[in-house]
Amino acid sequence: MTDTGSPPDGGQDYEESLAKSDRSVASFARSHTPIETLQHVLHGNPTLVPVIVLIVSVGIFGLIAGERFFSAFNLTLIIQQVSIIGMLAAAQSLVILTAGIDLSVAAIMVLMSVIAGKLSIEMGVPAPLALLVAFAGGTAAGLLNGFLVTKAKLPPFITTLGTWSIFYALNLWLSGAQSIRSSDLDEQAPFLKFFGNVIEIGGARITFGSILMVLVFVALWYALNKTAWGRHVYAVGDDKEAAELAGIRTDRTLLSVYGLAGLVCAIAAWASIGRVGSISPQAFYEGNLQSITAVVIGGISLFGGRGSILGALFGALIVGVFQSGLRLAGVDVLWQVFAIGWLIIIAVAIDQWIRKVSA
Amino acid sequence: MTQKPILTGRGLVKHYGRVTALDRCDFDLYPGEVLAVIGDNGAGKSSLIKALSGAIQIDEGDIELEGQPVNFASPLDARDAGIETVYQTLALSPALSIVDNMFVGREIRKDNFMGRYLKMLDQKKMEELAREKLSDLGLMTIQNINQAVETLSGGQRQGVAVARAAAFGSKVIIMDEPTAALGVKESRRVLDLIRDVKAKGMPIVLISHNMPHVFEVADRIHVHRLGRRLCVIDPKEHTMNDAVAYMTGAKAPEGAEAA
Ligand SMILES: Nc1ncnc2c1ncn2[C@@H]1O[C@H](COP(=O)(O)OP(=O)(O)OP(=O)(O)O)[C@@H](O)[C@H]1O
Ligand SMILES: [Mg+2]
Repeated sequence: MTDTGSPPDGGQDYEESLAKSDRSVASFARSHTPIETLQHVLHGNPTLVPVIVLIVSVGIFGLIAGERFFSAFNLTLIIQQVSIIGMLAAAQSLVILTAGIDLSVAAIMVLMSVIAGKLSIEMGVPAPLALLVAFAGGTAAGLLNGFLVTKAKLPPFITTLGTWSIFYALNLWLSGAQSIRSSDLDEQAPFLKFFGNVIEIGGARITFGSILMVLVFVALWYALNKTAWGRHVYAVGDDKEAAELAGIRTDRTLLSVYGLAGLVCAIAAWASIGRVGSISPQAFYEGNLQSITAVVIGGISLFGGRGSILGALFGALIVGVFQSGLRLAGVDVLWQVFAIGWLIIIAVAIDQWIRKVSA
Repeated sequence: MTQKPILTGRGLVKHYGRVTALDRCDFDLYPGEVLAVIGDNGAGKSSLIKALSGAIQIDEGDIELEGQPVNFASPLDARDAGIETVYQTLALSPALSIVDNMFVGREIRKDNFMGRYLKMLDQKKMEELAREKLSDLGLMTIQNINQAVETLSGGQRQGVAVARAAAFGSKVIIMDEPTAALGVKESRRVLDLIRDVKAKGMPIVLISHNMPHVFEVADRIHVHRLGRRLCVIDPKEHTMNDAVAYMTGAKAPEGAEAA
């Protein structure tokens, strides 16, 4: 500490004693109550809650429903059942991390599956090419959302509420509200059903679609956590103005997020054909909200900038485990819906509590 | 001053709706100097430096850096041109760690396959550099460089913002009230840092309401009043009382370099 002279103009030199001061300055070793400690731990690891909930719920349903629930067959079936909503939740997470919301994810997915199906079944376009068109289309649909949010400065909720309707209407128009049958796909474009393929190991039935979901999450986790782009996504979601001042091109970051989310939806579209077996314009009508449910239960803050994308994977799995477990325990479907509702509310309440750590 | 200014503003005008934040304001910063900007709350000091650092776009006027007209469309442009700014609001992302905040927008990638083709960040290197910069500032009371900025005290946050600017500035460093939330000792560190930076020949713009600090480190004092430069005074020839009197309009500047 180099103390250079006293203040030039009047006043006492209140800094004189600095030279003798304790160099260690304040250490913040004040004792925490166990609750505060928990709050800090969760603040640093927001995915911990969904992981614990997942493990505990698997354990409890295993006890209640026994073998039927806790078998390789049923557990892999759960993964298979949540794979499409899981991928939509991955796309949704990207947008929610920027403090936005995307009500159009499932609409983009269904529209792209219809486009891929129509091109390859009715127009004779080779399936890989049809899929490339769908990927481009999904990206474009996402970019449209991004453009409306960044350039037209519309709130994401309103923007995607609008594009949800628009994409859904386009989807009904293109498909003529008709499904493409499984047998037609098998005959003319089996490649579209690629992700329906299954690897069987013992009782486990792992579909390619389940594997794809895990790969999508791993890739996005890498991009969000190990690259500069990921840091920017978090920074923009955290405080857009601060991010801009700190030198991030926030609009470009947002555009890339919405575009990538659209692409992920289109990839999910391919997987959905394999999962469902046919292409139905009416499928996944609740997918938009289900993806948000998974994200929220996964501990990703709706206020942006907080949470890990892996949380959305766990969130989707928790929903799948509850549905499967309650069904196998013989509980009426309405109570499954009831339970998911409480999960959402509790998850958001926990998020609010964790976020108070800094206050 | 016979040298040419490194950063100038001429006739800068900025309106926010019906509020005129800058009213044909002039500004000069000379190489190697510490220029203090003082003025009442709402005088337009922050607006001035935001205009200089690309954070806001002026309605009228010209800005020149090293004699070249510049037109910063964003803070990133100004930063790329070598102007580093500590904003009054600090511009930190609360949920990101100290390291992430320091390197935001100029992250270092690994120097290998992962870094080149998969854009993987070199977290370790950034941590090392951040730790170095923070200990230069005497801010190593922060135990964990990976802790979220929102878990820091107000003063520690300010320290992080100052360290970030000092670490990366190459031509001009602008600090908008960098010591407002700092304790006596931490303020002293920032003043020392200002002197260090000056010793390296880099000019600094310091906005502050703390007159002892201003008179201690400033070579010249730009007095801002009602959206424009009222005068520039030499701290060796004027007292703090004079400065406050000019700034508040209690006294008209005399013998000062009128603006
Ligand atoms: N974003 C904004 N929108 C509207 N008015 C603004 C905005 N920013 C600043 N102003 C107005 O411009 C004027 C100058 O503000 P500015 O922040 O530049 O003052 P300042 O000198 O930095 O004050 P302080 O010492 O309190 O930091 C004020 O009247 C303020 O209300
Ligand atoms: Mg200000």
